[in-house]
Amino acid sequence: MIEALLLMKHEMSLTVAAVVFLLVRLGRTRAAATYARLGYLLLGWCLLAGLIPAPPGQLFAGLFVTSSLVSMQKSFLTFGLLLLLLASDRWLRRHDYVPEVFLLLFSSLLGLFFLISSGSLLMFYLALELATLPIAALCNFDLQRRQASEAATKMILSSAFSSGILLFGISLLYGSTGTLHFTELPQRLNGSALQVTALVLLFTGFAFKLSVVPFHLWTADVYEGSPVPVTTYLSVISKGGMVFIFCTALYQVFQPLQAYWHVLLVITAAATLLVGNLFALRQENLKRFLAFSSIAQVGFILVALSSGAELARAAAVYFVLVYLFSNIGAFAVVGIISAATGKERLSDYRGLYRSNPRLSWALALSLFSLAGIPPTAGFFGKFFLLMSGADGRQYLLVAFAAVNMVVALYYYLRVVRALFMEQPEAPLPIVTTVLPERAALVISVAGVLITGLFSGAYETIARLI
Amino acid sequence: MAATGYALLIVLMPLAGFVVLGLAGRHHLKRSAGWLATALMSVSAAAALLLAWHYFFVQNALGRSLEPAEVFRFRWLSFSPSLYVDMGMHLDGLSVMMLVLVSTVSLLVHLYSVEYLRSEERYTSYFAFLQLFTFSMLGLVVSVNLFQIYFFWELVGVSSYLLIGFHYERPSAVSAAKKAFVVTRFADFGFLIGILIVGFSSTSFDLNTLFQTNCHVDAAREELFLGMSAITWGTLLMFMGGAGKSAMFPLHIWLPDAMEGPTPVSALIHAATMVVAGVFLVARLFPLYEVAWLTADVVTVIGLTSSLLAAIIACTQTDIKRVLAYSTMSQIGLMLFGLGLAAQGASREAGYVGSQFHLFTHGFFKALLFLAAGVVIHRVHSNEVSDMGGLRRTLPLTHLVFLIACLAISGIPPLSGFFSKETILLAAASHPFWYGLALLVSALTAFYMFRLYFLTFWNKPALPKSEPELPTASERLAYGFPLVVLAVATAVNGFIPFGLFVAPDGRPYPVHASAAAWLPPVGAALCGIAVAAWGYARASERPQELARRFGAFYSVAYRKFYIDELYAYITRRIIFGKVGRSAAWTDRQVVDGAVNQAGWLIQQWSLLMKCWQSGRLQGYAFWFFVGAGLLAVVLLLYSPN
Repeated sequence: MIEALLLMKHEMSLTVAAVVFLLVRLGRTRAAATYARLGYLLLGWCLLAGLIPAPPGQLFAGLFVTSSLVSMQKSFLTFGLLLLLLASDRWLRRHDYVPEVFLLLFSSLLGLFFLISSGSLLMFYLALELATLPIAALCNFDLQRRQASEAATKMILSSAFSSGILLFGISLLYGSTGTLHFTELPQRLNGSALQVTALVLLFTGFAFKLSVVPFHLWTADVYEGSPVPVTTYLSVISKGGMVFIFCTALYQVFQPLQAYWHVLLVITAAATLLVGNLFALRQENLKRFLAFSSIAQVGFILVALSSGAELARAAAVYFVLVYLFSNIGAFAVVGIISAATGKERLSDYRGLYRSNPRLSWALALSLFSLAGIPPTAGFFGKFFLLMSGADGRQYLLVAFAAVNMVVALYYYLRVVRALFMEQPEAPLPIVTTVLPERAALVISVAGVLITGLFSGAYETIARLI
Repeated sequence: MAATGYALLIVLMPLAGFVVLGLAGRHHLKRSAGWLATALMSVSAAAALLLAWHYFFVQNALGRSLEPAEVFRFRWLSFSPSLYVDMGMHLDGLSVMMLVLVSTVSLLVHLYSVEYLRSEERYTSYFAFLQLFTFSMLGLVVSVNLFQIYFFWELVGVSSYLLIGFHYERPSAVSAAKKAFVVTRFADFGFLIGILIVGFSSTSFDLNTLFQTNCHVDAAREELFLGMSAITWGTLLMFMGGAGKSAMFPLHIWLPDAMEGPTPVSALIHAATMVVAGVFLVARLFPLYEVAWLTADVVTVIGLTSSLLAAIIACTQTDIKRVLAYSTMSQIGLMLFGLGLAAQGASREAGYVGSQFHLFTHGFFKALLFLAAGVVIHRVHSNEVSDMGGLRRTLPLTHLVFLIACLAISGIPPLSGFFSKETILLAAASHPFWYGLALLVSALTAFYMFRLYFLTFWNKPALPKSEPELPTASERLAYGFPLVVLAVATAVNGFIPFGLFVAPDGRPYPVHASAAAWLPPVGAALCGIAVAAWGYARASERPQELARRFGAFYSVAYRKFYIDELYAYITRRIIFGKVGRSAAWTDRQVVDGAVNQAGWLIQQWSLLMKCWQSGRLQGYAFWFFVGAGLLAVVLLLYSPN
């Protein structure tokens, strides 16, 4: 009993947190700030509970599997959620339905936990839905904005047909192998046409969530229409969770079909890099800009994973950590400025350095990290990814990715130039930050600087894999 | 132990300076930032000199073979027992020479900047960036493995970006910084792939392992792609990165624009240190380049082409810093030409020693030229030579040191440039065609340098001596001291028996040149000087006449062979204009349009809900199914066996 609790420490603590929130909500109405503070505390408690050492193991006849790696990945996601909530403190406190925001986010995170821990395609599918549906509601949480309801509608409808195809793939696979368990599937995969089709259909399910081209079309609309914290959640936490389970799926479950998924990944990686970068090139809205650039970032992960090399999994997990810090840092600044002034366009950010030097530095460092410039962590993340790609001797694809890094540098510098070097027409006012926001910025900037130079971060991950 | 102490001191001083100035400088060290940074750099430079003495005379005996040493190394990351990344400090003739060059020139530039940027608002940031740059450059030259090289290589690029764009209120500086960053970064993509190819085909990133075991030679035999071996591809691609940083044709377009940075920055980064990174890289990986014969040819040809091209362009430019920039490109081209010859094998020692010797002497005299140009620009408030002229009496010290540097770069004995250039020409002596071209470059160099000299200091009647050249005591120290030190170094460095310090494999190579060998280059240089004196010593119509005689060729050279325009056409019109705009258009019309038109649509909500709203999603679903279908078809047609 105790052992089962320990194995599910993340899920249990998060469920407790959600229930506590529900009970508090049932009592008398409190100020939004109080709810927000309670939310941070509860997430902090989840984070602490997640640190309790626990043995690897499985529950429910192998439906739920956990290991130190999985446990660490869950802690990453919890930490990321806490960071992004701290960064959106201003938005939260202004909102009338803060408890609902927290409840929905907690449910979605719970879904991601089960997703990473799933040991069977059944569990995988259920967890995926649990992770997605609350987000569709959250997209609409800027209740008075039409764009938000647009985003929510698109999100839920797109997810619906993505799930449909995913389910079709799962049933094909079940039909041909007779099992849904991750441990049994590899022995029964023989590369028949039916199984390959099932692989493609399952892949589209992942590709949809990871915004892999051509399954990315929903991304820009949803990202732009949703409130910044939700956009951040979608592009960082939810994507991170998907990358984790994607690695498991490729390297454990579909290992026998590597020759096939290698082709899938090479094609989609190239397309994703190209489309993500070309679209990001001329975006004027910063949220949309970050959305497209995050599409391109996934392209790099695909390049690494396509090699099938041992290094690639560690590199991908490490990159998610780096990406978490960098992207939350970038989104935090955009969110703070959007919440304070309502401005999201690149032209509004001209000369931001003069009025808000600290926010500008935080944004610039995050963008440098996303562009992969030393000494930020992004440099190391990208290097490890491309290195893993090269381990499979696919130098052309790696070269293509490296050229895309240059294109990406070009557009990231466009923003940096606007921040530091351009004259504002209508300068933004001085934006004061509150304590939680400041904490989030400091942590993400420190993360951007430390996770790279301190090699222990990568080595810990590599050891667990 | 002593060596470790010195070595750590050299590298850690600028790092400490960057951290202190970067964190606390803005508020607490407003006025003293320059002096603090200079003090730290002087410790670093002193340690470099001590280290050089220790390495060459205590650890090794001069005239004997030099043993490489590692003073410091730790395992930063290990991927697998054979694939790991160390950080450390590797000492051999090459790296010690670079340490001395970088730290000394950096110290003098720091000192110079104390006064030169006095009135800048972001004085502290400037010194923080300068320290960051110096740290990165020092870290680069002592690298123990390919990853360390790549890391510091990129860091050098970042700090150069920050420094070129230092005057961010000037749009030209901003675009120059961005151009330099993007162009060098583009070149670095080749560098990165090259590292990965070399690393994986020889299963190590470690330089010692690469050189000591023969794994790279084995890898050289293994064919990789298009009939070329892994080592050829690897070295070629790495050279692409080197050519980008060293502003070699066709990746040179960023260097002239980079002159938008403050003049001391040009002296440090775009003359003495960063731009020779490409030369350093080839010298550091020399054993690899030797087994990759095609790459050696490419290095030779690119070096000589760039050298000639830049020399021709330099003859037509009128901005003092741009002339110096093209001259830098031309001299670096010569160095790479020498290295390429050495890697081809025929004149292995002479080419290698000559190119490194030239790197060393060039660092000093080119820094001197830039710093002297800085004094001139400071005085006349313009970069255009037409605003100068007749300055020989108003700026006597500057005039003298500029002349020394011009003589040195032209290769007039007994100044340092003569000896180093001479050694490169010696290496080329067996190829009459290349030797002839190199002589032509020599003559052109002498011509454009003295054209610049005469246009700046003569050409007009001497201006009366109105005020002292360096009025205040601090100016005398900050400007005078670096100029004098560099001038002395320019004059005497040639007498260093360089082959005993830096040579392939550390085996000493004393350079011997007969009188017959040094006559042609000196003759060529004297011709160049004579033509320059004929045309420019006094104001006359002769230059215009000369230009007219060359007609179309002159205007093509004046326009820098239209290379910038070609790049602009490709990037702006084709990539940015056609591809980027159509991508943005698709996004705006097809994807974005939905959101942008929401306001108008709301009024006709019920009507349009059907055909627009569901239409959009149908579009998404359509692409979703098409994508899935196509992928399935591809996979089913593809059979892995």
